Amino acid sequence: MNNNIDWKKYLIVFLITASLFLTAGYLSNYFTNKKVGELKSIQDKISIDILSSETQFSLLQELSCKDVNKSALSSELSSLADKIAYSETNIGASSDIIGLKKYYSLLEIKDHLLMQKISERCGIKSVFVLYFYANKDSCPDCVKEGYALDALRAKYPEFRVYSFDYNLDLSAIKALISIYKIPNTLPALVINREVHPGFTSMEEIEKMLPALEKTIKEDTKETKSVAN
Amino acid sequence: MTSFSSAIFYILTFLAVYVQVFFLITFFENHKKIIKRRGGISLSSYPTVTIIVPCWNEEKTLRKTIQSIFSLSYPKDKLKIILIDDGSTDKTWNIMSQFEDIDNVKVMQKENGGKYTAINLGLQNTETEFVGCLDADSFVHPEALKRIMSYFESDLSTMAVAPSIIVNTPMSIIQRAQKAEYDMAVYIKKMLGFLGAIHVTPGPFTIFRKKVFDDLGPYRHAHNTEDMEIAFRMQKNNYKIEQSNDAYVYTNAPKTVGKLFRQRLRWIYGFLNNTIDYRYLIFKKQYGNFSLFTIPAGIISVLAALYLFSRLSYNLVHFIYIKLNQISVVGVHNLPSSSHIDFFYMNTGTLLFITLFLYSLVILSMILGQKMAEGKIILSRDMLYFFVIFSVVAPFWIIKAIYNTVISKRPAWR
Repeated sequence: MNNNIDWKKYLIVFLITASLFLTAGYLSNYFTNKKVGELKSIQDKISIDILSSETQFSLLQELSCKDVNKSALSSELSSLADKIAYSETNIGASSDIIGLKKYYSLLEIKDHLLMQKISERCGIKSVFVLYFYANKDSCPDCVKEGYALDALRAKYPEFRVYSFDYNLDLSAIKALISIYKIPNTLPALVINREVHPGFTSMEEIEKMLPALEKTIKEDTKETKSVAN
Repeated sequence: MTSFSSAIFYILTFLAVYVQVFFLITFFENHKKIIKRRGGISLSSYPTVTIIVPCWNEEKTLRKTIQSIFSLSYPKDKLKIILIDDGSTDKTWNIMSQFEDIDNVKVMQKENGGKYTAINLGLQNTETEFVGCLDADSFVHPEALKRIMSYFESDLSTMAVAPSIIVNTPMSIIQRAQKAEYDMAVYIKKMLGFLGAIHVTPGPFTIFRKKVFDDLGPYRHAHNTEDMEIAFRMQKNNYKIEQSNDAYVYTNAPKTVGKLFRQRLRWIYGFLNNTIDYRYLIFKKQYGNFSLFTIPAGIISVLAALYLFSRLSYNLVHFIYIKLNQISVVGVHNLPSSSHIDFFYMNTGTLLFITLFLYSLVILSMILGQKMAEGKIILSRDMLYFFVIFSVVAPFWIIKAIYNTVISKRPAWR
């Protein structure tokens, strides 16, 4: 009867299994680093956008309204927001990710100021909102608000959401909170300089931003003229 | 909660990978000893063997089963057949009676009492040195008996030899999934044989020295898994069990999910309850690898399947909850489309790679089993069917078996 136990074999198998786990950890780390690298390359692109945005801001006085690019920011900005949110949940709030998030928030503020100037000078109706949120555990309605804003962004390509983590340790965000007197009953939207605390539905946002409908009509007109 | 769940997942997957690596190392240690005989072999002597065929309502397959025994390449005067009708209500007895006049065939009838009672009646009427049983839904390969007997010839301490069970002409997807599983079982049983740690001596054509039953007593009810209990009892008494990978027995695997469910419910219930009955064997080094590896590995596989299922169920419910929540906020027409695939959003966590390693090891064990049993490797869709069907259905029979164990409800045979 084979009842002699080969303890060495039990140990070797343990070591092999452990090394397989370490390999899995290494591979995971490798791909995580690649993802952080991708975020950083987007960050570099955005830093150029900041500069461009600032230049445009300075030139604003000399430009005619028709030359103003309403979409000053990189088209990758919204995808960067999604990727940062995904990374925070799945990779963890590492210093790299938090750093990117701060950088992204600053860019948003910069762009927001520019858009405000354009609105005032050129009389363009604003199609943007400021959105203050917190993580889903402390703010369950923020998840719902996120769905509504994502759907609006998909429906109206011109619609811009400047989203800010209410609890992010960034003086510029704290200044925004102070300027608009944002309460801590999140989510909170700022539409046309007016604060709307609590969940605001898609329909309510659409009513408050009648210019949104126009963006679709204008797009349709443009498409037709190109076709003709 | 999430980290607790992940910790459990890590522990269970570590143990599951450990089990697969253990088998693989055992394979590398012993692969030269694995023989795959294609033609006939000769033995130095041909001891007399009794084959007991217990039957209960087997009119459809009995004739073919008996014919396969007659076709065995073994001296006819060294083969005795006992056909036992365990109170069938169909034409089993009529078919059986047609073989009554053949030399060396004994036909018996009794009131229905369960398979183990029928085999025990056969054992009482066995006078030969070797005895085996063949379920009446299975058929033996002509060379199977000689190949099995060669193990007894080469090692006098071998007390039982189990065959390789192959799915007979798999037709349905359910049967093809089982074919991949049975291939894997050939590999696992062979490795357990090398470890001296086989935990089941299958009803179809395991051959024993009669001494096993003389010493240890007859079959027991054993929660309708008498072939598992006798293996546990043999391990407890340090009786050596071998596995012959090239002694084929073809069995009719369940065709439908319902039949498969009932069969596996009985097997898992049997495993759980026999393990409970023999719990004093676990982690006792005097019982060898059976105690330290086989039983714990069986428990791990039950727990891992349960946990994996609960995790998948949670993820599915969570996904549905999110979608419903989204619909309630934005309506069906405004749901975000997910047509764009971005590598960034692919899960590249440690658990993903561990799961990939685990699946690779399981696929490798199927391939090695196929090679051992059939001598060739065919990458068919059967493996895919196995993963899909068993991942979805297996947890249900495991849960039911645990539930039945808790409430002490014994599952029906069929």
